[in-house]
Amino acid sequence: MGVNRRDFLKITGLGTLAGVGGKAAADLLFKGQVEAQEAGPNEGALVGKRWAMVVDTKKCIEKIRKDGCQDCSIACHAVHNVPDFGNPKDEIKWIWQDTFEHVCPNQHHPFTSEGLEGAPFLALCNHCDNPPCVRVCPTKATFQRDDGIVMMDFHRCIGCRFCMAGCPYGSRSFNWRDPRPFVQNAREDFPTRMRGVVEKCNFCAERLAEGRPPACVEACKVKALIFGDLEDPHSEVREVLHEHYSLRRKPELGTMPQIYYLV
Amino acid sequence: MYDGGKIVAGLIVFLALVTSPIWYNVVTGKAEYKPEPKIVTQEKECVAPKAWMTAMHMTLLNDWRDSVVREGNRMYVAANGKAYNMSLQRECMRCHSNKAEFCDKCHDYTSVNPYCWDCHVEPKEKK
Repeated sequence: MGVNRRDFLKITGLGTLAGVGGKAAADLLFKGQVEAQEAGPNEGALVGKRWAMVVDTKKCIEKIRKDGCQDCSIACHAVHNVPDFGNPKDEIKWIWQDTFEHVCPNQHHPFTSEGLEGAPFLALCNHCDNPPCVRVCPTKATFQRDDGIVMMDFHRCIGCRFCMAGCPYGSRSFNWRDPRPFVQNAREDFPTRMRGVVEKCNFCAERLAEGRPPACVEACKVKALIFGDLEDPHSEVREVLHEHYSLRRKPELGTMPQIYYLV
Repeated sequence: MYDGGKIVAGLIVFLALVTSPIWYNVVTGKAEYKPEPKIVTQEKECVAPKAWMTAMHMTLLNDWRDSVVREGNRMYVAANGKAYNMSLQRECMRCHSNKAEFCDKCHDYTSVNPYCWDCHVEPKEKK
C-alpha cells in the first residue's frame, strides 16, 4: 500500500482544485477571445419560438378579384428559383391560389356566404406543429426546427415522395424533370433543386436569418399576409388572431397547421 | 518450355503495348502534369490554411451544410478570428468565382464528379 486513504483524499482534492481553478483562471485571462472555428446564428437574424402566418382573406380576395394579383407567388418563386415547366402535371408550387372550397373543404356548405363562394384562397405549407411529412420521411430530409419551421434538407431527399402522400394539404411538389433549364435567370444566392427531389415552402428561413420577413409578406401590397411569432403575446399575429375569428385548413386531422385565415 | 523464346518475346511485346500509355506520358512529360487551380481574389486568406482546405474542403462543406440547414447557424468564426457567412454560393464563390479554373481543374484531373452544381448555382463567368 503506497497511498493511504488520507493522502489519497488530499491528492484528489488538490487535483480537483487545480482543474477547476485552472479553467476559471483561463476564462478570466482570455476573456472575450473567440475560440477557433465556432458556428453561431447571424447577427440581426429574426428569431422566434413559433413562427406562423395569418392570411387576411378579405384584403387578399378583394385584390385578386380586382387585378388578378399574384405578387406573393411571383416574388416567392423568383427568390427560391422555383422552375416553371408550363405544364400543370409537373407544376412546382410553394405558394399558390385555389378556391375556398378546395383550400378549406370542410368549412364549405351549400349556404356559404357569397363573398367566399368560389373565392380565391392562398395556400402554402402550413408548417404544422405536428407535421405528418416529418414523421414519414425515411431519411430525415424533412425535419422541424425549434422555431416551428418545417424545413427540408434537399441534399438528403431521396425522392420517395412519402411526404407528399403524408401531407394533407398538397403543399409539396416533386421535380419529375431536371428543373434547372426551367428556372428563368437563376438567382445566385439560392440553389435550385435537381431531378427526383421534393420541394416546398421553407418560410424563407434564409431570409429570416438575415433579419428580413418572408418574400411573400414583403411582396404583398395590401398587407394581407402577416408573419410573426405566436409565442410572443405582443406580436402582430397574436393581436390579429385575438381580434378576429380565424380558420385553419383541415384542423380535424390533428396536424395543428400554423397558417391562419381571417374570414 | 516449348517455344520458350516466342512466348517470352510475345510477353515482352504485350507488356510494352499495355504500358505504352505510361511510357508515352513519361517521354512527353505529361506525367509531370499537376493541376494548378487559379485563385482570383483580393482576399489574403481563406477560412482555413491552404493545405488543410486542399485536403479537407469537402468535410468543411459538409459541416457547413449541416450547421446551416439543421441548426440554422450561418455564421462561421474561423481560426483567424474572422466571421464568415457559411454559404457555398455566397461566400466560397465570392472569392473563387472561377469555377472552371478553380474547382474543375483538380476535379477533372482526379476524375471526381461532385454533384454540388446540380443544384447550386455557379457564378456567371466573364469570358
